[in-house]
Amino acid sequence: MTTETMSLPTMVPPAREATSAAPETTRAAARGETDPEPQPAVRVRDLSVTYGTTLGIKGVDLDLPERSVTALIGPSGCGKSTFLRALNRMNELFPGVATSGEVLVRWDGRFQDIYAPGVDLVELRKRVGMVFQRPNPFPKSIVENVIYGPRRHGVTDRALLAEAAEEALRQAALWDEVKDKLNAPAAALSGGQQQRLCIARALAVRPDVVLMDEPTASLDPISTGKIEDLLGKLSKDYTIVIVTHSLQQAARVSEKTAFFLNGELVEAAPTLQMMTNPRDRRTENYVTGRFG
Amino acid sequence: MSRVSTGRTAVATPAAVRTRIRGRRRDAGAIWRGLFFASAIFLVISIAAIMVMIGRPAIALFAQVRPWAFLFGRVWAPEHGLYGVLPFFAGSLAATGMALLIGGPLGLAGAIYLAKLATPRAQRVMRPAIQLLAGIPSVVYGWVGLTALVPFIRRHSGHVTGFGLLAAGIVLGVMVLPTFISLAEDALRAVPQDIEHGSLALGTTRWQTIAHVIIPAAWPGIAAAGILGLARAIGETMAVQMVLGNSPVIPTGLIVPASTLTSEIVLEMGSTPQGSPANNALFAMGLLLLLVSLGLIVAVRATRREATAGVREAH
Repeated sequence: MTTETMSLPTMVPPAREATSAAPETTRAAARGETDPEPQPAVRVRDLSVTYGTTLGIKGVDLDLPERSVTALIGPSGCGKSTFLRALNRMNELFPGVATSGEVLVRWDGRFQDIYAPGVDLVELRKRVGMVFQRPNPFPKSIVENVIYGPRRHGVTDRALLAEAAEEALRQAALWDEVKDKLNAPAAALSGGQQQRLCIARALAVRPDVVLMDEPTASLDPISTGKIEDLLGKLSKDYTIVIVTHSLQQAARVSEKTAFFLNGELVEAAPTLQMMTNPRDRRTENYVTGRFG
Repeated sequence: MSRVSTGRTAVATPAAVRTRIRGRRRDAGAIWRGLFFASAIFLVISIAAIMVMIGRPAIALFAQVRPWAFLFGRVWAPEHGLYGVLPFFAGSLAATGMALLIGGPLGLAGAIYLAKLATPRAQRVMRPAIQLLAGIPSVVYGWVGLTALVPFIRRHSGHVTGFGLLAAGIVLGVMVLPTFISLAEDALRAVPQDIEHGSLALGTTRWQTIAHVIIPAAWPGIAAAGILGLARAIGETMAVQMVLGNSPVIPTGLIVPASTLTSEIVLEMGSTPQGSPANNALFAMGLLLLLVSLGLIVAVRATRREATAGVREAH
C-alpha cells in the first residue's frame, strides 16, 4: 500500500480494522535468546520508502520495544532518519516520497497500521512525537512553546495548561533552569536548553512514542550529557527511538540497537550484544570502526 | 624581496604580465564605479530638487497662513483665504485605511495560498496573473470603478451618487494587492521549514500551523508589506479621483463624496495661478504627502530590521 502526498487531516476518527493484536514472538526469542524484549510498542513490517526513483529504505522489519530506548545507527545516508520519519509519516512532507509496508503502532490497545487509508495524521502525531536534529523552538516564549501542543488540541484552561507546562519542563529536566523566566523568548535559551525545551514541547502532548533524530548532533558535550541522562529517565514512561551517529551514545542510552546500511536493516539486537558480539560481519566492521 | 622581483622582470615573468592586466582591470573598474556613482548622485540630486521645488512654495504659503490653520483647518476656501486641508488629509487617511481593510485580508489570504497551499501548477498561473494587476494603468482601475463599481454601489445603497470612500477603498484595495501579496508571500516563505515541521510533528493541522506558527513568525515581514501597500495607496491619484466624488469636506460616511490630498492637487493645479497662495497650498499638500510617505518608509525599514533581528535571534 502506498501513500500519496499528505492529505489534510480530517476529523474522521481512526476507524479501521486492527491488524492482528496477537502477542508477538520477538525476534530475540525466535532466535532462542534468553532475555526476551518487552512487548513492542511499534512493529514495522516490510517497510520501504522511496524518494522519486531513489530508494530510501527497503524491506525493513523491526520491533520497537515499549518503554525503552531503541537506537538506530549507521553511516550517513544509510536510511536511519528516513526510517524514523516513516514512523510518524513526516516523510510525506517532502514531495515525491512513497512508502510501502506496514507500521503498526499500539493505539487504543491494539496495533493499527498508520499507513492504512483514513488514518488521522493529527491523532498519529499526538501518539508519536518527534524531536528534531536542530533545536527548532517556535519564536514564542518558553511557556508558549511547551503548551503549544495541548492548546492546539483544545486545552484552554489556564491552570491546566500551566500544570502541563511545569510537568513537561520537569520531565525534560529544564524546569529549574527556566521556572523564573517562563515568559522569556525561547530563542534566548542556550542550544542545549532549546533542545530540552523541544523535548518538553513534545512530551506536553503526552505521546506514547518519542522519535529523536540525532537530538544532540548540534550540542556541546555537557548539553549532550544532560539529554542522555534524560533519556534514561524518560524511557520509564515513553517508548523512545533515537537516531544517532555516535556508537558511544547508542551504547550509553539504548537497550536495543538497529544497524542500517545502504537502506537496509542489517541487524537489530540488544545493544550490548550488538556492541560486543554482532552476528553480521558488516555490523562488526561498523562497530569496530572499520568504516563509517 | 626587491632582488627577487628584479630577477623576475629580467625574463618578463608571468607575474609581470599579471600585474599589467590587473592594472588595466583596475582602470575599467574605476570607470564603472564612476558611472554607478554618477547614477546614484543623480538620484540624490533628483530627490533634493523635488524637495526644494515643493518646499519653497510651501514655505511661501506658511508666511501667509499659519501651519496650524493649514493642517487642521476644516474649510478649504481659497477665495476666502481659508486653506484648511484637514478634509483632504482625512480623506487620504480614510481611503488608505479602507484599502488596507479590504486589500489586507484578501492579500494575506492570497499570499498564504501561494506560499503554502497552491500546487506548483496553480502557482505558475496565479503569480503572473497577480503581477499583471500591477501592470494595469491606474486610470483603467478608475474607469472600471467609475463605470461598474460606482453605479453598483448607487443601485444597492440607495445613495444619490455612489461616489465615496467605499468605492475608493475597494479600488485601492485591489490596486495594492500585487505589492502586498508578493511581499507577504516572500515573508511567509522565509519562515524556516523546521519550525513548520516542528508544529506538524506535534499533531497540529496544517491550518493550525499556518495560523499559530507561520503567520506569527512572518508577521514583521507581513506588516512591512502592508505599510508598503499603504504608501502606494496614499499616493494613488487618478483612480481615487475618478471614484471619490471630489467634495472638499471631511467625510462623514462611506458613500458620500470626499476628497484626498492627491485628488485635490490634480483637480486644482490647472485652475490656480502660479505663485498664488492657493497654488502654494497645493505644493504644501504635496509636501505633506511626501512626509507621510517618508514616515511609512521609515516604518518599513524599522519592521524589516526587527524581522531580520527576530530570525537571527531564533537561529
